[in-house]
Amino acid sequence: MSPSEKYTAAAYLVVLVAVLLYVVVIASKLQRLEREVAQLVELAKERTANG
Amino acid sequence: MKLPALAAVSTGLLALAGSLAFFYAPTDTDQGLSQRIFYFHVPLALTSYACFAWGAWKALRYLRARDERADIESYVAIHQGVIFGSLTLLTGSIWARVSWGHWWAWGDDQLVLFLVLFLFYCAYFMLRYSLDAGPARANMCAVYALFGVVLIPVSFLAIRLSRSLIHPTVFTSHGPQMSGAQFFTFCVCLAAMLVLFATLYAVELAGKRLDASLRELRELLA
Amino acid sequence: MSYLDDVAALARKDLLLELRAKETLPSMLLFVVAALAIFHFALPRGTGQDAAIGLLWVSLVFTALLGLTRAFVAEREQGMFDALILAPCDRSAIWLGKSIAVFVFLVCAEIVALPAFGAFFSAVDGRTVAAVALADVGICTVGTLFGAMAVAGRARELLLPLLFLPMAIPIVVGGVGGYLWFLALYDAIFVLLAWASFEYVVAEV
Repeated sequence: MSPSEKYTAAAYLVVLVAVLLYVVVIASKLQRLEREVAQLVELAKERTANG
Repeated sequence: MKLPALAAVSTGLLALAGSLAFFYAPTDTDQGLSQRIFYFHVPLALTSYACFAWGAWKALRYLRARDERADIESYVAIHQGVIFGSLTLLTGSIWARVSWGHWWAWGDDQLVLFLVLFLFYCAYFMLRYSLDAGPARANMCAVYALFGVVLIPVSFLAIRLSRSLIHPTVFTSHGPQMSGAQFFTFCVCLAAMLVLFATLYAVELAGKRLDASLRELRELLA
Repeated sequence: MSYLDDVAALARKDLLLELRAKETLPSMLLFVVAALAIFHFALPRGTGQDAAIGLLWVSLVFTALLGLTRAFVAEREQGMFDALILAPCDRSAIWLGKSIAVFVFLVCAEIVALPAFGAFFSAVDGRTVAAVALADVGICTVGTLFGAMAVAGRARELLLPLLFLPMAIPIVVGGVGGYLWFLALYDAIFVLLAWASFEYVVAEV
């Protein structure tokens, strides 16, 4: 590949990597939300068991 | 539009934009292959301007209506703007390396002023995280966002004042200096980036809403 | 014209405080002269007029920043901010009064800085003086608004340079190039914007 081709590929790669990084951020957020929902489900179960 | 549909449209448009940029648009006689960076670089820059403008519009809405949602929407839009802005800086830097031989061209005012805006909006986050959540923070962030959107044209004027010849001026007063095929590709790329912004914006807002309802649920259960 | 009376009273209060405490102005004066001296040694020998004029602008912006970080210190330390907001005057009068006080300090510092620059580097012409005067208006008004924002946060003084320096870049571009109309335009736009938006910045809800 010529340098010109390499740099062009790199520029497009940067955009792709950014979008993938965004997926990582969203995934970690999803995990946190999952944990929170699980906690809330536990809480609700306790409530119904006691009440 | 529903979020999955929006995401599907942005995927389709981005795929179309990428293939048009590489297979349909003619290779530039001057710059060769690296000119194809243009099709992503400039739409990224314009999209980040759009993000900042949208953020300022929401900020104005907040100051008018005191709607807490508008504050969050303004924040999310500016957040997206900074992401698109850093991508603009990165792709612009790569383009500068391939066509002028340097990673950074101080002589290129447009790139430098993009850096200014980037710094300005990074300070937005410093401001936001330095204040306690509440109406006072929302007010100050909204005012700062409005200053930002006014700073953009002022900076643009400053570019024109100390303009250097190094940056290719594609859009002049005589219309776009591009062939029809190039212009069509550019428009598709721009549309793709804008829809990508809309998708990410909607995803972030859905996340924030989810956070808020979970907090509410926790308070109800506690 | 009670609005102007309010503004004058607020500005006079800041100037009187400064006359008693003598904190801000001496430090600004020392800072600007020290900065010019440092720049003399930072520049290679025989540097032209163009580089020197840039240094003048850098030292002026940083000197203004020094004054602006001090601008709301009294309000913060004495808890006077709440009292000022409760005062029966238009809130933008607080901003205008403070801007005028900072403007006076900055002009005093420049009365020393410009001749010092002339002595150390090269004489300044009328165009530069006019550009400095126009830039001062923009620096003080925008800086006061951002100073009020920064002082409300946890980071306090640390935040103001981050908020303000990107806004100062067009001023430096206009000042170094000597574009008086551009500086006047900057002033007109941002004075209006700051005047209209200050009440939101201090609105304690």
